[in-house]
Amino acid sequence: MLKTFPKGGIHPAEHKITAGKPTETLPVPKTAVIPLSQHLGAPSTPVVKKGDMVKAGQLIAKSSAFVSANIHSSVSGKVTKIDNVIDTSGYRQPAVIIEVEGDEWDEKIDPGKTLKKEITISGEEIRKRTEEAGIVGLGGATFPSHIKLSVPKGKKAEVLIINGAECEPYLTADHRLMLEKGDELMVGITLLMKALGVEKAMIGIENNKPDAVDHLTSLAVNYKGISVHALKVMYPQGAEKQLIKSLINREVPSGALPIEVGTVVHNVGTAVAVYEAVQKNKPLFERVVTVSGKSLKNPGNFLVRIGTPVSELIEAAGGMPEDTGKIINGGPMMGKALNTTEAPVAKGTSGILVFPASDSKREEVQKCIRCAKCVSICPMGLEPYLLNAASEREMWEIVETDRVLDCMECGSCSYICPSRLPLLDYIRLGKSTVSKIIRSRKQ
Amino acid sequence: MSDVIIYSVVSLSLIGVLAALILFIIAQKFKVIEDPRIDLVEQALPGANCGGCSMPGCRAFAEELVKADDISHLNCPVASNENMAEIAKILGKEIAEKEPLVAVVKCNGSPEHRPKTNHYDGASECRIASALYTGDTGCPYGCLGLGECERACNFDAIHIDKETGLPVVIDDKCTACNACVIACPRNIIELRKKNKKDRKIFVSCINEEKGGVARKNCKVACIGCGRCVKVCPFEAITLENNLAYIDPFKCRLCRKCAPECPTNAILEINFPPRKEKKEAAETPAGEK
Repeated sequence: MLKTFPKGGIHPAEHKITAGKPTETLPVPKTAVIPLSQHLGAPSTPVVKKGDMVKAGQLIAKSSAFVSANIHSSVSGKVTKIDNVIDTSGYRQPAVIIEVEGDEWDEKIDPGKTLKKEITISGEEIRKRTEEAGIVGLGGATFPSHIKLSVPKGKKAEVLIINGAECEPYLTADHRLMLEKGDELMVGITLLMKALGVEKAMIGIENNKPDAVDHLTSLAVNYKGISVHALKVMYPQGAEKQLIKSLINREVPSGALPIEVGTVVHNVGTAVAVYEAVQKNKPLFERVVTVSGKSLKNPGNFLVRIGTPVSELIEAAGGMPEDTGKIINGGPMMGKALNTTEAPVAKGTSGILVFPASDSKREEVQKCIRCAKCVSICPMGLEPYLLNAASEREMWEIVETDRVLDCMECGSCSYICPSRLPLLDYIRLGKSTVSKIIRSRKQ
Repeated sequence: MSDVIIYSVVSLSLIGVLAALILFIIAQKFKVIEDPRIDLVEQALPGANCGGCSMPGCRAFAEELVKADDISHLNCPVASNENMAEIAKILGKEIAEKEPLVAVVKCNGSPEHRPKTNHYDGASECRIASALYTGDTGCPYGCLGLGECERACNFDAIHIDKETGLPVVIDDKCTACNACVIACPRNIIELRKKNKKDRKIFVSCINEEKGGVARKNCKVACIGCGRCVKVCPFEAITLENNLAYIDPFKCRLCRKCAPECPTNAILEINFPPRKEKKEAAETPAGEK
């Protein structure tokens, strides 16, 4: 019996068409547009100015608050301007624009591919390196990783959970990473374990990636304390709280962080980034992005520099198909449609999906028929139809007491609704309004 | 036989008298003394219950009017000055004469001026679209055209024009109750002074981006060039964050600014056509 979470969940068609495609390295773009807000929290403060020459891996923006992250240049060249551009969030936000010249890396980076296994530095230093390298959660939420590594006083981490579930349809970036950089991943996990002071790490992988499960299981014997677990294919298996429930059967209380139940969750991509930052001195400036879609000629997984425009990724995947209706940043369930293909790839860009118009169109909205399908599939045990109705009518007190803030926006309710209600649209509105109300109450 | 009739009539009458007595005593004991003027004031109010006075309905507003000593700060946006004068007479208090206001939509980005760059197919509400992204055009400030203001209006005074996709205010119906101003998530609607013959001059743009960026996304965006500021003889125009603003209370409707505007962002409405003058020929701006 495969492990899974007990409440709710759906199983959308997987469409993992790029699972068998090895990661290709995309050429360095001509111009890199590096947004200053690629993580959760405050935007970073730029430390370069117009006309500066930068190298790949050089710090260009510094973390500006407790929840914030450093940003490094992904290319070498000249800073042409710091301007507002539309990024993957759909808003115009400040970004550093670099005209690329050559591809010179910072001297401190070790560009070699040889595996460096021995760990020489202390846990605290690992945490510091992670912070310096600007590593954020690469699963998509982009929460600065170093914060997760500093365990608050009075709490103790017992087990590190590594998220290799990749439950979103289409996406295969993590899958490829696990197959191609298994050893790096293992060393990265060992580093994270040391930083947290835990003896045990569990990798959770959805069972639709048997090759990754086998590969990592065979590697895990060489590393102390790491075990690999196949999980039932069930969306959202890769959501933090669901993954914890599946693997160690503990429930994170509402509003609390996983450390409350003695665990910390990191994505496989993050673990590899930590390996590169600590062992190779390489800050986070490139990542694997899945470019996929039914009509694309050459869908695949690409190793991309942060700041590459999305249009170049689509070009590499065979160009924009004629029938394109929507381009989504991220997975089809939680991703957001892009409003321009000039938006740059950011740290949190796990996939670029090109959907034909026939598939991406929203269907006509009917009335709610009270079938309660949304209630039965909500993995957080919420009542989406009720939150939807209350949000629409601006009854914020009901929205709050019905725990809208527990919603992680997995989109299962909108997916399952037979009346095609835009449930998540209204729940998001409720979520943002309620958080604003709570913030104003605190002041 | 007649006994039965007499008995029943007498006993029923007794019960009736007794009940009336109880009712009378209770009515005296629990009497609510209410100022009769509240009813009068409420009748004099427009009775729209729109909430524009920030009180829950006209009754509450009437109570507040009667209770307060100084009612100059209390204002019903819907009531006309005559209405308020009548109320002041009932109460024997002084009422502040107010400037009549009207809602003005400060965006002129119809598809011909502001081309669509993408198609929005989410829930058809401005507040949701606004919380998602810049909108279906390049302008992150402009009207989303999904009709939040139209739904908020209690007076049928604002409608989305199907051709331009922008809201249009019917001046005669608009009571300046502020509902649309609150409803608009992008703060495009402003209450401005109502002039004679509904004449208006205003900067129909709220884009605070740099001139080039704003202009690229919308042909009629204010680019913050400041020409109108220089030409205004009454210092009514200010320029802040790349955006000009005409103060409706300082503006004397001299119409000097509108032809100066290189992007036609300043709109003149309900004015007689301009006479052909030399300057007008030089700057082929004019009416829009």
